[in-house]
Parts: sequence; structure tokens; C-alpha cells
Amino acid sequence: MSPTILKRPYLSGTAVAWLLSLPALAIFVAVVMVPLAMTALLSFYDWGQYKGIEPVLVLKNWREVLTDPYFREMFARTFRIAVLVTLFTALLGAPEAYILNRMRSPWRGIFLLVILGPLLISVVARTLGWALLFGGNSGVINRALMNVGLIEAPLPFMFTETGVVVALSHVLLPFMVLAVWAALQRIDVQVENAATSLGAGHLTVLRRIVLPQAMPGVLSGAIIVFALAASAFATPAIIGGRRLKVAATLAYDEFLNTLNWPLGAAVAVLLLLALVVVTLGCNALIERRYAEAFR
Amino acid sequence: MSRNGPLAIAFHTFIVAFMLAPIVVVCLVAFTPEGYLSLPVREFSLRWFRAIARYPEFVGAFWTSLWLGALSSALAVLVAVPAALAIARYRFRGRDVLAGLFLSPLMIPHVVLGVAFLRFFTQIGLGGRFAGLLLAHLVIVCPFALRLTLASAAGMDRAIEQAAISLGASDWAVFRRVTLPLIAPGMVSGWALAFIQSFDEVTMTVFVAAPGIETLPVRMFLYIQDNIDPLVTSVSACVIAVTVVALICLDRLYGLDRLLVGQGHRDT
Amino acid sequence: MSVDGRQFISAAAARVTAARAQDGMPFLELHKLTKRFGDQLAVDGLSLVVDKGEFVTLLGPSGCGKTTTLQMIAGFADVTSGDVRLEGRDLLAVKPARRGLGIVFQSYALFPHMTAGANVAFGLEMQGVGRAERDARVREALALVGLAGLAERYPRRMSGGQQQRVALARALVIRPRILLLDEPLSNLDAKLREEMQIELRQIQRTLGTTTILVTHDQAEAMALSDRVVVMNRGRVEQIATPQQAYERPASPFVARFLGRTNELEGRVCLGVVKIASGSWSKPMAPAGDATLVVRPEKIALIPPAPDRLNGIVRMRVFQGNHWLYRIETPAGAVLVVRQNAGAPGPAEGDAVGLSWSSDDMVVRPRSEGPL
Repeated sequence: MSPTILKRPYLSGTAVAWLLSLPALAIFVAVVMVPLAMTALLSFYDWGQYKGIEPVLVLKNWREVLTDPYFREMFARTFRIAVLVTLFTALLGAPEAYILNRMRSPWRGIFLLVILGPLLISVVARTLGWALLFGGNSGVINRALMNVGLIEAPLPFMFTETGVVVALSHVLLPFMVLAVWAALQRIDVQVENAATSLGAGHLTVLRRIVLPQAMPGVLSGAIIVFALAASAFATPAIIGGRRLKVAATLAYDEFLNTLNWPLGAAVAVLLLLALVVVTLGCNALIERRYAEAFR
Repeated sequence: MSRNGPLAIAFHTFIVAFMLAPIVVVCLVAFTPEGYLSLPVREFSLRWFRAIARYPEFVGAFWTSLWLGALSSALAVLVAVPAALAIARYRFRGRDVLAGLFLSPLMIPHVVLGVAFLRFFTQIGLGGRFAGLLLAHLVIVCPFALRLTLASAAGMDRAIEQAAISLGASDWAVFRRVTLPLIAPGMVSGWALAFIQSFDEVTMTVFVAAPGIETLPVRMFLYIQDNIDPLVTSVSACVIAVTVVALICLDRLYGLDRLLVGQGHRDT
Repeated sequence: MSVDGRQFISAAAARVTAARAQDGMPFLELHKLTKRFGDQLAVDGLSLVVDKGEFVTLLGPSGCGKTTTLQMIAGFADVTSGDVRLEGRDLLAVKPARRGLGIVFQSYALFPHMTAGANVAFGLEMQGVGRAERDARVREALALVGLAGLAERYPRRMSGGQQQRVALARALVIRPRILLLDEPLSNLDAKLREEMQIELRQIQRTLGTTTILVTHDQAEAMALSDRVVVMNRGRVEQIATPQQAYERPASPFVARFLGRTNELEGRVCLGVVKIASGSWSKPMAPAGDATLVVRPEKIALIPPAPDRLNGIVRMRVFQGNHWLYRIETPAGAVLVVRQNAGAPGPAEGDAVGLSWSSDDMVVRPRSEGPL
């Protein structure tokens, strides 16, 4: 006797619902939708070093962002980094989530805290740690390896794409683990036992039973990691430095250094559009592919 | 749960080391007695922690972050509670669109939000003001507050409120005596998660903050851009320590994966 | 029962006698109550009159509209059309919070953050009853349901049966005009359910509270009610006392829903019913093909003979106080229920004859249409 709809003839349910949502709605329209619209508009404005922002509608910024080889390289690099990070986190995170799932308490709770906790720790502090580990001659690991004699020159890390990929993988790994973990929670424990009782070896169980069921989790985790990696700012800024730019640091540069706001706005909007298309597209593919089994 | 084999344990150890190494090294270097980046081998010194006092901009940034986090989270919860009740209880046209709108900041890259807020606040005269920063953080942390409050509200047996009504309670009495106590856990954990997100936020804030209202992560970030020395590691170590304590409390009270679940899914 | 419990009952009984002085007007009247969800008719023109102090059960399979009807009476679902009148006054115009009904929900819906005592006291608080009187009445109510002394315990520390009693006490303490029970016993295990049924009936009889119970359990309905309302797909199939509904089902649905039944193929010829080789005299029966309906407990097992309906025992099941037989006959499978009198009955594989009285058999001519 619990209807989801609590309707009474005195004030219609719909009116009450909208009234309750009004504060949030007002704030979000004013502070999210309007600024985004303004930014989109800004990307069409003209800019000159001496005249500043001129509110006319030109396609100059968009043409530059889409055709200039410099920008193409920037976006290609951003995409490349995002794809590599996604691959790494998937290869590391999915097995880890599975291993965590099979642990007994209290280990399970403890290690879940250890793996997921860093999500809540400042990204600046974590990236700083990577700089300390591998930074040139004074990097902890580099120095240790050189002292032992394994390497002669420090491993190149700072200001390289590899460094950015490694550091970003660290920052975003918890998201992947979380997504796969959530998918594994939905799997009935007894299914694995059933397969074993029917004669399947451990590897077969993994391949034929667990992986297919965990795949939606891996894929949704991949989408999240890709989106976050492509729009990452602090980590590429610190590890990559001023010369190795990605989309986010590019926008920062244009906005706060060059002061060419319209161009920066174009970069930002392009990034947003690209991510929305990728995310929605992949989500739709996942829904269709896995709808029959899981929804 | 069957046990993991040695291969799995080895892999797991590698992952744990991978996750903890940067954090541990920051904390270690913070205790170095030397004037340059090095691991404290001979002795642990608090020199760089004491040095923080000589940098008022870090201390000021810490308080700014604290106030900003507490206030924006409180406001976010205040705004999220009625919205959560509306979405959980009523089925109306546009409900999914509304929920999507409120959760949209999760999907929009923070760099885009930073750009948008900078433009917006400059246009309406809030550029470089605390109020602007507060609004920006409010919007960014609101999805977290909303999600957790929504989980509490949706998970409540609707019959309980009907029981209260049938026993003669007015709408306000039902809210105050029954609904509010039952969604309070969601509100509290929503506030906590929102606070942590606000405290750590750097990408968007770096666009909107101006000297005077800088947050701690922004200050750290800008400092690192110029040089990396033990000072910023000791500040980082402090931040890490505070976060770890908050983490453990939250895990005890709520369960970390339960808190974060939903953050891993871009569903509504 | 404790002193507090007795006080509660005597106070309630006094009110009931006073109220019975008024007469003429039905206590609760549902008139052509209808509920439509989109193009689906959940409740179709339900009309029912309930007398003061009566125990009425809405009985039917899930989806028959019984719970929706209860929700409409309580005010938690809109009414598409129709009336509900309580003591002559339109109940639908009254806000749910003011209707003065006691409700026990299927999930009990106890306030988890309040003790049992606080739960029971809640309705009295809303009525503005003073603390002293409130405490006294809460004690009485808990004693009435057998939970004296558990006022300080929280629901999560109570068993399902105890929670159910708290829910009942909470609904009764406000002295409701009507008690509404939505499948209150369905979450309890079988033994507890039987005990609670007896207690529920006792409490209701003592207090004299008009009660409407919703359930899909026909045994429960027949055990507790003064009258049952058998519902199917939003419509009322029969309103009668349990015995009338069981012995004289108004439709095949009622016959099948209440208890077990047998439906056999046969022919009627000149007032004689013939089923395979057996025959019964039924003078007024219309001639032609017919379906014969007879209850399993009305059938006797006798030695087979050429002029009887004979069959082979295919299966027998021991069910404690009775045996259930499944007998294969030329006219179809027949279920027979025999009291466990100690002596062994026919075994599986035995040939038996079936006999019953003509009065216990209902003739349904096949030309009446689908059953």
C-alpha cells in the first residue's frame, strides 16, 4: 500500500513538485545554463590584442581551432593521452576490482579505502607526488635507480607525454575501479559457483561468466575516465609543463595569459561538444548492446 | 568468497604501491631537514611545517577553502533537499530533464565551467568576488548533495509518511517529525562529500579565483608552477592528513563505496 | 490480559454501546466507487454497505483492486467517480489527516527513528492529547496487543510479529472509527499468522471497531470475517458471509478461489445427472451437457461398483489432519479430502468408487458459456 504518487485533491502533485524544485532550478538556470550560453556566444566574438573583445559574430576562432595545425596537434595529443589513460586504467583497474571483490573482510574494506580514498585527496598533492618520484635528477625513484646502477641517466618523466599518462592513470584509476566494482556487486555470487559445479575451470569462469557481466562496468568506467582525462587540467599542467599543452591548459593559456577570451571559449566549447558526443554515443551503444541482459 | 592466488596478490600489491607511492613520498619529503627536496634519511624535522606560518598566503588560502567548502556545501544541501523530495516522490512531466539538469555539472568538464563562470561573473560584476566563487562551488557540489539526499529520500518506505498522515499529522508535521529525521543521514553525508569536493577543486577555481580569494589548491598549484620546494610538500602533507581523517570517519559512518557509488556511473 | 488492557477494552466497549444507539443509517457506504488508471479500470463500480462493528474482508487475487479500494477510503489515491460516506457524511471531501481512520500497512510502516511507545503515541500527539493521558493510553494499547513493557524498544530490535503488533496498537490507540488492514499478516510465517488471526479477531470483537481487511488468503478471510467481498479484476463477484460464499458460490471464480473444487464433465437427462458410470438424481436440473461442481470434502470413498463413478488413486498426500487424494476417473481428475480418522484409507493404485449427495453438487449447464 505504498503508491509512488502521493496525490491529494487540494494542491496538484505536479505543482508541489515544481515549487520544491524552484530554488535549485533558478540557481542552475542562472549559474549553469546562462554562462554556458554566454560562453558559446563568446566563441563567435572577435578579438584583437589592442582592441580587446569585440562583440561581433565571426567564425574566425572556430576556423582557427578546427583547421590550424597547431590546434589539431593539441587536440590529437589530448585524445591520444585520454585513450592511453583509459587503456591503462582498464587493464589495471578491472582486475583490481575483481581481486578486491574476492577478498574477505576486514581486508576488503581496508583496501577499498586505500584504493578509492585517493579520489578524495587533493589532485595537486597527488600530482606533486609524481613530480617528486620521477622529477629529473632529484626524483626519488630516479635517484634510487641511478644509485643502484640500473640506469645512467634519469628516466624521462617530467614534461613528457608518458609522464602525463602515468600520473593521470594514477589520478583516474579509482574511477575505473569504482565502476567495475559497482558492476561486480550486481553479479550474483552463486553464478560463479554454478559454473564451477558444472565443470568450468577458473580461467573459463573468468572469461565466460565474470568478464561478460563485468563488461558494462568496464565500459562505463572507460567513458568516465576518457572524459576526465581529455579535460584534465592540473596534472597535465604540472607534469607536462608550459610546453606540453592539452586542451584544458590551452584554454587556460588563452584566457589568462594571452587574454584572447573568444579563442579560449572556442577551445572550451569544442572540448565540451566532443566529449558530449563521445559520451552519449558510447552510452547509447552500451545500452543497446547490453540492454537485453541487464536492464 | 574464495581466496586470491599468489599472482593476484602480487598484482594487487603493485596496484596498492602505485596508488600510495605519490602520497607517501609527499608526506615523507615534507619532513626533510634539508633546504631542498630530499627524503629524510637521518632525521625527521618539522622545519618546513613551521615555515608555513611565514607564508600567510597559504594560511589565508586554507581558511578561504574551509569557509568556501562549508558554506557552499550547506547551501547545496539546503537547495538539494526540496529538489530531492520532488524528484523522489512525484512523477511529473519533465522530471528526468530536471534531474539531468541538476546532475549536469558532473558531466561538464570543469575547465569549461571555469571558462563559463569567468565570463559570466565578469559580465555581471561578480568577477574576483567571494560571492561569485561561492555560487560557482555551490553549483559544482550540488550534484553530490543531491545524489545522496535523493538516495535517502527514495529509499524511504513511502507508507511511513502515509502512516503519519493517517494518524492526523499536518504536512509540516510529517516533514519535521518523520521525513527530515529519515533523510538526515543522506543530508549529512551529502554535505560531507560536497565539502571534500569543494575543498579539492582546482581546475574551475583557478579561472575564477583572484588574489585575495584564492583557495588552497589554487595557491598550491600556482606555487608549484614556479618552483617545487619542500614548503609545498609540507602544505600538501597537511591537506592529505586532514583528508585521510575525514575519509576514515566517512567510511566508518557510511561506507566509502556506498558514498561514491553513483559517482562512478553517469546515470541519473 | 493485564489491568491496562482491560481498562482499554472497557472504555472502548462503552463507546461502542453508546454508538449503537443510533441506527437507520449505514455506518460506512461505498457507492459505485471507481478508479481508473489511464485506460485501465482498477476498481469498477464497487458498492458496499458496512455496519458498525462489522468485520468485512476484501478478498481476491493480486491486481483485483482490493488494495486500491482501501487506498481510496484512506485518501491516498484519487477517486475517479463514486462516493464514500461515513455516518452519512461525505468522506472524500475530508483530508486524509482528518478522516480518523486507523491503518495497518503491509510493511507496518513503523517510524524507525522512534521507540515503540513513541510510535503508538504519535497519533495522540497529533490530536493534542496531554502527556499524562497519552502515556496511559499508550500503555493500555501495548498491553492490549501483548507488548506490555516493550515501549522503549526500537522497531529494528523487534521481530516481525512484534512490529506488527506495534502497528496495530498505533492504529487502535487513536480510537478510530474504522480500522483498515492492508494484508497485515502476509509477512509472517504460517504458525505466527494463525496465532495473530485469532488474536486479531478477539481484539476486534472486544473493541467492536468496524474493520476492513484486505487479503488474498482465502482461509484468512473466511476465518476472520463477518462478511467477505470477493473481487476479481476490479469487480465484485460476491458479497456474503464466508459460509454462504463457500457453500453457494455465485460464480465459478468464487467457487475456485475459495477452497478447492472439482469440475467434472457429465450429462443431465430427465432429471438424472450422469458422470461416466455414476448417476445422481437432480430433478430440476436442465437437460443437456453440463459441468458438475462438487467440493472435495463432500466426496466419500467407497468400494468400486459398476453403477458408480469409479477411479484409480493416483496420488495421496498426508497433510496432518486430513488426507488429500487425487483420483483419476473417466470424467477427469478428482480431488478428495478425507479427515484423518486414524484408520488407513485407500493406497496409491487402488480402485475406488466415489459418492456424494446430490445436494452437495452444483449443476452448470455447458450452454451457459465459458466458465
